[in-house]
Amino acid sequence: MEIILPFLIGILFASGLYLILHRHFFKLILGLMLFSLGTNLFVFVIGRLTRGGSPIIDKTAETATVPYADPVPQALLLTAIVIGLGIQAFAIVLIKRVYQSFNTNDLDELRNAELIEH
Amino acid sequence: MLLATIVRLPVTYAAPIMQRIPGRQLLVPAALLPLVLFAYFCTYLSEIISGKTFSFAYSWVPELNINLAFYLDGLSLFFALLISGFGVFIMVYSAEYLRGHPLLNRFYLYLSVFMLSMLGLVLADNLICLFIFWELTSISSYLLIGFSHDNPVSRSSALQALLVTGLGGLALMTGMILLGNVGGTYTISELLTRGELVKSHPLYLPALLLILLGAFTKSAQFPFHFWLPNAMAAPTPVSAYLHSATMVKAGVYLLARFTPVLGGTEVWQYTLVTIGAITALLGALLAVQHIDLKAILANTTISSLGVLMIMLGIGTPAALEALLVFILAHALNKCALFLITGNIDHATGTRDFKVLYGLALNMRPTAVAATMAALSFAGMVPFLGFISKEMLYDATLGAGKAGFLIFSIVFISKVVAILIAIIIGYKLFWPRVSEPTPIHHPCGLNLTIPPMVMASAALAFGMLPGIMATPLIQSALAPIAGKTLFIELKIWHGLSLGLINSIMTFILGTLVYTVHSRIIEFSPRLTPLYNYGPNSIYQFFVTGLVKGSSKLISIIQSGYVRSYISAIVLTMVGLVALSLWNKVPLLNLTQEIKMLHDVRLYELVLLFLILPGLFFLFKTHSRLIAIAIMGIIGYSVALFYILFGAPDVAATQLLIETLTVVLFVLVLHRLPPFRFISHKSKRYKYILISALFGAMMTYVVLLVKQYPLHSELKQFYGDNSYLQGHGRNIVNVILVDFRGFDTLGEITVLAVAAIGIVALLRLRLEKGGKR
Repeated sequence: MEIILPFLIGILFASGLYLILHRHFFKLILGLMLFSLGTNLFVFVIGRLTRGGSPIIDKTAETATVPYADPVPQALLLTAIVIGLGIQAFAIVLIKRVYQSFNTNDLDELRNAELIEH
Repeated sequence: MLLATIVRLPVTYAAPIMQRIPGRQLLVPAALLPLVLFAYFCTYLSEIISGKTFSFAYSWVPELNINLAFYLDGLSLFFALLISGFGVFIMVYSAEYLRGHPLLNRFYLYLSVFMLSMLGLVLADNLICLFIFWELTSISSYLLIGFSHDNPVSRSSALQALLVTGLGGLALMTGMILLGNVGGTYTISELLTRGELVKSHPLYLPALLLILLGAFTKSAQFPFHFWLPNAMAAPTPVSAYLHSATMVKAGVYLLARFTPVLGGTEVWQYTLVTIGAITALLGALLAVQHIDLKAILANTTISSLGVLMIMLGIGTPAALEALLVFILAHALNKCALFLITGNIDHATGTRDFKVLYGLALNMRPTAVAATMAALSFAGMVPFLGFISKEMLYDATLGAGKAGFLIFSIVFISKVVAILIAIIIGYKLFWPRVSEPTPIHHPCGLNLTIPPMVMASAALAFGMLPGIMATPLIQSALAPIAGKTLFIELKIWHGLSLGLINSIMTFILGTLVYTVHSRIIEFSPRLTPLYNYGPNSIYQFFVTGLVKGSSKLISIIQSGYVRSYISAIVLTMVGLVALSLWNKVPLLNLTQEIKMLHDVRLYELVLLFLILPGLFFLFKTHSRLIAIAIMGIIGYSVALFYILFGAPDVAATQLLIETLTVVLFVLVLHRLPPFRFISHKSKRYKYILISALFGAMMTYVVLLVKQYPLHSELKQFYGDNSYLQGHGRNIVNVILVDFRGFDTLGEITVLAVAAIGIVALLRLRLEKGGKR
């Protein structure tokens, strides 16, 4: 599996970036989501993969028994995922507001946002 | 010297007070300042003439060799007296010339600033200090040329002068630093004794060329001469003071000052003589084509500056002597002529000599001054101009091989001078005409006395050269020549070659005068030629710079987010490719291929959930389907986490995906249909960029995985989370115990996002309403 995940990461990054490069707000958000999925997997894979072996110490032991997965990337991921949610939620609400205010879904039309009377 | 420095401070700080004084009363302090300085420098005369020098230094930034150091010797004193002496008359003159001008106070302030900077320039004993004063004169010149700031021509001329001299200033600074490093000192008076050391150094040539560039731009030498005629947009007193008597001679002063250090080499001689000759000839030829008196005078000034450069280039004692006498004579004559032009302009409202007739009838004092100044300018006995001209001729003829060529150029310059002198000294004033040009404003004493005094001074210097000029010139000559030379200025050399040449010049000048009107008629035909002149090149560069920058900005800052993102991504890909190229870490794929056997079936199932998902995501037109697909992809990734020993991450991911889908549906279901706004022509470009980026990330992951990972942290947390943190789930212990503060930060971020969302939802942007 270690050989397939890098390619999956590449595909996720590429599709995310392609969607981000679109003018449409909705696609922009989808792109951001794919991009953050890719980033999370990237960190996870860089920390090396271990099948099974959750980083949980047995009830009988005082220290973790090998093999167990590296807990540090997981801790990082947890933080990243939660903060990603914050960003996504904010972005979703933001485009809703932008649509209500400027009546557009097009990123390019926002260039003239300063000129729009509101 | 101390006084000169100290006096600077109150003048600067007095600006707000000066602003309050009405213009008329301001004349007293404004004229008193140069007068006091003049008297102060005069007190040094006797000691300087006897060969003493004075220096004064104040440490400013000693670490960088920048000191406020001043040095007074014959050459500095010569220039200091010129600057302060002319300053008095210019101040007096300006009081009437600009009477009632609302910004007269400002004018006086600029002029005083200029005068003090110019004094600082000629007195400076430190290279950097000299450079600072040099730039200050450029800046005050800019302010004075642009004094009529509501006139666009004044503004662009001022900017042009600043850009050209400022460019030279930059070159000068570089040259100064090179010179300072080569000579091992930044103190000029020390540097003067190290000429041999500097001249034999390999950096001598670049330093020399840079310093020459600075001097040439300041002294309006070809091809930088064009700023000087344009600088005539300044009020006439400024043209007289800055652009004929003092500032444009700063370059000459600089080169004269550095003659013992830099001068005497072949490069020095050839460059100065060639550039000076071109400039002298060009100025003379341009001068005969104009009808505006100020333009004529500006071009003859260019010609004279060229002659001064030639003298510096020749560098023989005779040439240097001629240089100093010519500086004095030129300052007196040209300044007087400029002021007379100012008087004519003031009185009649025009400077076009073709429409000016019989002015002597109503402007007799000015007419007398004009004739005297013109006689001196033409080099007539017994004015100083005559002595100066004879000396110039002698110096050029004694200049060796190219002597005759140089002589003929100076000769042409002088012929034009005679032509101009006939026009200003005779034609405008004396011929009897039935209808003299009407006078609107009579000229008061303030306007007539300064040119009169200057012309009389030229006469006095010419009549009594032995008493008045010789000692000063002699003491000024010593620092340039490097040794004391005994000179004798005489009005009568006997029936020498110089005299014959003078007579020839006069005859030829008169002849040119008779055909002058034809030259003027012919000159418009030369206009196409000027389209390729340096002035046009300057305009081309300036407009090109402005246009080019706006074009560059419109490319770099397109305003499209996707352009910025593309640029960032491409830069990153490029940098990664570059570092991979340099280090060449090889990717060992054989090992990776073996690992293909290790893939389990259920892992492949997840993969085949994601890939078609992505495919349909690009195809769909329905927002709801897109959201559902995002959910599927997110869940699949969460399952990966479970498979590889990260149940906590997986749980979080599942929760988050669910939440996101819910949020999407709640918020976005009321938006309009999923329009396709795509950019078909550019789609392939973006596909390419995305593919490149994805490939790079894949490559990086593969490469990183090739090297073993030594994680001490994993070991540490594995050993200590139960014993120290008393939790069995290591990830949880890290989050809430070991890195508790980080988690607090994370929560803060979430809270901020939540506040932002609430604010956005509550925001009501109504027309004119409160936010």
